[in-house]
Amino acid sequence: MDFQFESFGEFLAMNGHGAYVWACFAVTFALMLYLAFAPDIRVRQFIRQQKRLERRMAAARSGELESG
Amino acid sequence: MGWQWFHRLGSPRWFYEKTGPWVFWLGLAALILLAVGTLWGLGFAPVERLQGNSYRIIYIHLPLAFLSMAGYYIMAISGAIGLIWKMKLADMVMKSAAPIGAVLTFLALFTGAVWGKPTWGTWFEWRDPRIASTMLLFFLYLGVIALQASYQNQQMADRFSAILAIVGTVNIPIMYGSVYWWNSLHQGATIKFTGGTSMHPSMLYPLMVMIAGFYCFYAYALLKSVRAEVLHREYRTQWVKDLVSSNRAV
Repeated sequence: MDFQFESFGEFLAMNGHGAYVWACFAVTFALMLYLAFAPDIRVRQFIRQQKRLERRMAAARSGELESG
Repeated sequence: MGWQWFHRLGSPRWFYEKTGPWVFWLGLAALILLAVGTLWGLGFAPVERLQGNSYRIIYIHLPLAFLSMAGYYIMAISGAIGLIWKMKLADMVMKSAAPIGAVLTFLALFTGAVWGKPTWGTWFEWRDPRIASTMLLFFLYLGVIALQASYQNQQMADRFSAILAIVGTVNIPIMYGSVYWWNSLHQGATIKFTGGTSMHPSMLYPLMVMIAGFYCFYAYALLKSVRAEVLHREYRTQWVKDLVSSNRAV
């Protein structure tokens, strides 16, 4: 099994088909990265939001104690 | 063999705790397979006699096309399970499968268009039955996403998007049959399980690696998305509250 191209430049050019091939791979991998990491961003936002809520509830509780 | 596993699988907490370690290994497998397959397919597989190097797009186009259909099965079947057995986890899988499927179907259409230009001389051909049925598949995914977004009540959203997903399965046999029933620019199946695969092993093996890599990627992305959905929907439960306060969720 050999590398099919004489040079890195030819590998990029792909005999004139480089733009088509590389565009497909680049767009595909970019969107796949988005799919892979979007859930992480969503979980982080969720945790931040829940913690804020927790703090607000705790503050409300201590406020009630002071006034009562 | 009892039905206990089926009931346990319906428990979001059990699912969340059980699948935690899978995320890393699925991600690693996907990364390795996709890296090897891409290098092999782009650099080492021989050039195709008629199409030249543009044929190398097959190494992503074919797996994307497979997944756009397989992802639809997963969405429709989990939608049906959620509808019939009221299984919460199945509804979450259906909801999570929709945006992933939509992106992958978009990519199948996009890579097909870019491949079509140097090969068939056109970006897009409405009259090609496989392109048309893939467009319909894309719109079905968008429909489920839209239905999920348009109801405040999650139960209603799940019920109606499951019905749409199930009705939409009529499109799947049309997609398979499209290249045989009508005149199509697309060729018949390249890979057949019953022998007669019309591809040389030097081109076929990297394609197999890419298909395996894309399936691992799909499992990885879907799993992570379902896990995020579990946290969102179970935010009132004590185990999620504990998870949040102990910083173990990410």
